[in-house]
Amino acid sequence: MNFSEVFKLSGLLCKFSPDGKYLASCVQYRLIIRDVNNLQILQLYTCLDQIQYIEWSSDSLFILCAMYKRGIVQVWSLEQPDWHCKIDEGSAGLVASCWSPDGRHILNTTEFYLRITVWSLCTKSVSYIKYPKACQHGIAFTKDGRYMALAERRDCKDFISLFVCSDWQLLRHFDTETQDLSGIEWAPNGCVLAVWDTCLEYKILLYSLDGRLLSTYSAYEWSLGIKSVAWSPSSQFLAIGSYDEKVRILNHVTWKKITEFEHPATIANPKIIVYKEMEKSPRVETESLAFPPARAQASSLFSTQSKYDISQVPVTLQYVKPVTDRANPRIGIGMLAFSPDNCFLATKNDNIPNAIWIWDVQKLKLFVVLEQLYAVQLFQWDPRQPRLAICTGNSKVYLWSPAGCVSVQVPMEGDFQVLSLCWHSSGDSMALLSKDNFCMCYLEREEVK
Amino acid sequence: MGDWKTITVPALSSASKITYQNTSEKKMSPSSLNMQQVLRSPLPSYKNMHSFFSAFCTEENVEQSISYLNRELTTLGFPSLYLECKDKELNVVSVLNCMNELLVLQRKNLRAQEEVEIQHLKLGSDMDHLQNCYAKVKEQLEASRREIVGLQERDRQQQCKNRNLHQLLKNEKDEVQKLQNIIASRATQYNHDMKRKEREYNKLKERLHQLVMNKKDKKIAMDVLNYVGRVDGKRGAWRTGKTEARNEEEMYKVLLGGYEQRQKQLLVENAELKKVLQQMKKEMISLLPPQKQKPKERAEDGIGPVLSDMEEDAVEVNKENMWELSCETVREQLTNSIRKQWRMLKNHVEKLDNQVSRAHSGALNGSDVISREDHELETEKLELEIQQCKEMIKTQQQLLQDCYLLEERERLQEEWKLFREQKKNFERERRSFTEAAIRLGLERKAFEEDRGAWLKQQFLSMTSDHKNSEHVKTQSAYSGSSDSDNQLMNFRSWQKKPHCLPSVPPSEELCQTIQHIPHNSNSSVVLNKTTEDSKPKQWKGLNKAETE
Repeated sequence: MNFSEVFKLSGLLCKFSPDGKYLASCVQYRLIIRDVNNLQILQLYTCLDQIQYIEWSSDSLFILCAMYKRGIVQVWSLEQPDWHCKIDEGSAGLVASCWSPDGRHILNTTEFYLRITVWSLCTKSVSYIKYPKACQHGIAFTKDGRYMALAERRDCKDFISLFVCSDWQLLRHFDTETQDLSGIEWAPNGCVLAVWDTCLEYKILLYSLDGRLLSTYSAYEWSLGIKSVAWSPSSQFLAIGSYDEKVRILNHVTWKKITEFEHPATIANPKIIVYKEMEKSPRVETESLAFPPARAQASSLFSTQSKYDISQVPVTLQYVKPVTDRANPRIGIGMLAFSPDNCFLATKNDNIPNAIWIWDVQKLKLFVVLEQLYAVQLFQWDPRQPRLAICTGNSKVYLWSPAGCVSVQVPMEGDFQVLSLCWHSSGDSMALLSKDNFCMCYLEREEVK
Repeated sequence: MGDWKTITVPALSSASKITYQNTSEKKMSPSSLNMQQVLRSPLPSYKNMHSFFSAFCTEENVEQSISYLNRELTTLGFPSLYLECKDKELNVVSVLNCMNELLVLQRKNLRAQEEVEIQHLKLGSDMDHLQNCYAKVKEQLEASRREIVGLQERDRQQQCKNRNLHQLLKNEKDEVQKLQNIIASRATQYNHDMKRKEREYNKLKERLHQLVMNKKDKKIAMDVLNYVGRVDGKRGAWRTGKTEARNEEEMYKVLLGGYEQRQKQLLVENAELKKVLQQMKKEMISLLPPQKQKPKERAEDGIGPVLSDMEEDAVEVNKENMWELSCETVREQLTNSIRKQWRMLKNHVEKLDNQVSRAHSGALNGSDVISREDHELETEKLELEIQQCKEMIKTQQQLLQDCYLLEERERLQEEWKLFREQKKNFERERRSFTEAAIRLGLERKAFEEDRGAWLKQQFLSMTSDHKNSEHVKTQSAYSGSSDSDNQLMNFRSWQKKPHCLPSVPPSEELCQTIQHIPHNSNSSVVLNKTTEDSKPKQWKGLNKAETE
């Protein structure tokens, strides 16, 4: 494992280009494009205000920078550094901005979710979409980029509009039987749209591409419902994580629950491997210390090494009892992700924030539990193979694969708290992001033992 | 007849045994009354026997007593005491017989009395026993009555508790229901409120939208250097009905594609499952005993379209392709046939089970038990053997260990012995060495003193002999013997005075040393040499002495 040197970063804005050649990072109002292999600065763009969001276009030729405070989106071209484009929403304000799948249209969501403006970079046309739904995942594109599903709300009712991305034709418009739609997601095969309701009601609806309701699923009522949803890469399974600390798996043939995964605090099954992160104090050779100590030495002296130990079952995990009289309690399955080969499902129960549960999808059973020393911030699967990268807000990055797991200290001077990470599309490297910096981590092919 | 005498017989507790005494006394009827009284009264005590017996018949009233006795006996059924022909003459034979009879009778009566008494005792003890039993049983009855009452009380309490718990459960359930109702009502209320707020919010949004649109903000614009070409390079097309239709078509194509894929997968799955079912069916058929009658029956019955199993199997080979179709009838047929086979198999297995159980429970009841017992016995035997072997192994291990230990110990002991011996020897030698050293030291001291004295004397003698120097010189020329003799003499004379040397042998050896002196001019050197020479001798000698 090789680590690059540290570069400045702000706002955790660091993204790889879809073709894997470039890395874009933001420092305040500057956008820096680097080459992925040698991290040399290829382009440097200056925006009008502090950048709050960046996104690459699908063909990696353009990159948009959104500045919500000013209501401006600036688009930069990699081929032509001189080319510039500025979209000003003015008094309408800006809440969100994203590319269309063809890489030539930008969808801006104005303040108060008044409307979505579709700006075209090829033509002079502007389109408006009224009454978008004020929720986090209101826009969803199919994987092949042909269709877009948009959640709308009119007269206290939820609707879904399906658009053809090539010419923005409204294909279908139908209402959903939800109380207050909270998210939509396409299946990877682009044929089924999952629509789920607010957390006050456990309800998930499945619509086909042409707008017909295929199935409804509701596990229980009255208690808090769905927290997170994930499709398996083959579209065979739909994993629903809910506030009752369970994950329910629906199958694509009957849309009925085939199993549910529980996340109890005590693991008693001896077939489950539990990796526990343990601190091991570093050996300090007092004779070889120089005074004053060199910086690198100092950091390595005070940084604690950690390694994974296999805990003997039965294991009791650290359970955090949440405050129940507040809204949006930290309970239930908050993170859910399938591995790219459809073999594993990684989940995180917010009641047990230090643990990651890895389930074997073939056997539909719990496979491994990783117990960290600190609360898990983020985990992400390698885009090519079943390898999971985890960061817990300390200066280490953790990797798990079916062969084993490893804890790697980021060898940086001073404090480098890994708050976020993102994989390169080839799975050979990943970027580790901290509050003010980022660094690249290059993995060798046979890295994880 | 004689004189009638009235005998006042005392009321004695006399036995019925009356010995006849040779007294001739006659009794009057009052006496006979008395006699009867006496007869009826109990056995006489032996103390009073003699007095009583003498009281009945005395020498005076013999005949009377005889006639009385005769009367009594005849009334009792005994033969007469008198001779038949002659009255008033005693028939001794009959008297004796009567006596014997009376004795026998007496004995019988005694025995009977004994038996009666024994039985009386037995009955008495039985009575006691029964009374005890009765008392015990009564106690038990009381105790059990009390117990029953207690249990009834407990039962009542438990039932009360049970009822209470049921009541509690009902209450809880009611509460749960109530809470659910409350939640439902609150939810509807919140929804209603939410809707109201949302409508208000929508109104605000509309207003805001109007304002934003109306303002025609020049700011809301896109400022781009030049428009970019489309991704696919083509120009944008107008949105017409055709394009719309095309889009719809595309969408349906995508959907259909998805469905087709799924259908393919499902077909493959179906085919596999069908194959598995066919295999299962075949295996089941093979397991079952051949049933030829049934299909014949079926054929005879001619049940409409449903084919018999055997016919099906025969047909199957030919019409395997038929199964490839997934039409309704084929599916039904397959499932039905599988179900039938399964049922038959189940029945078969059940029959076998029954047979086995019957066989076990019937005639071979014992064999099963015995076999189990045998099995158990065998397992026990094996376990015992295992234990024994384990113990043997343990003991052997211990023995081996002990052997090793013993060997080692012996070796150690031997070594110790040797060591100790050597130690002793060394000590002895050391002691002797020290003693010898001490002795030598002392001897040397003495010798030095002697030497000093002798030298002094010599000096003195030399100075005194200066006058007779020649004589001395010549003497000194032959210093060997004469001087030595002189010296010896002197020394001897010297020696005798102070007794410095403690033991005899050293003095002898010292003489030896002195004898050696003249051979060498350097007396000290000689002394040393001799002492050195003497030492080994000494040691050897000592050693020899010690070892001996």
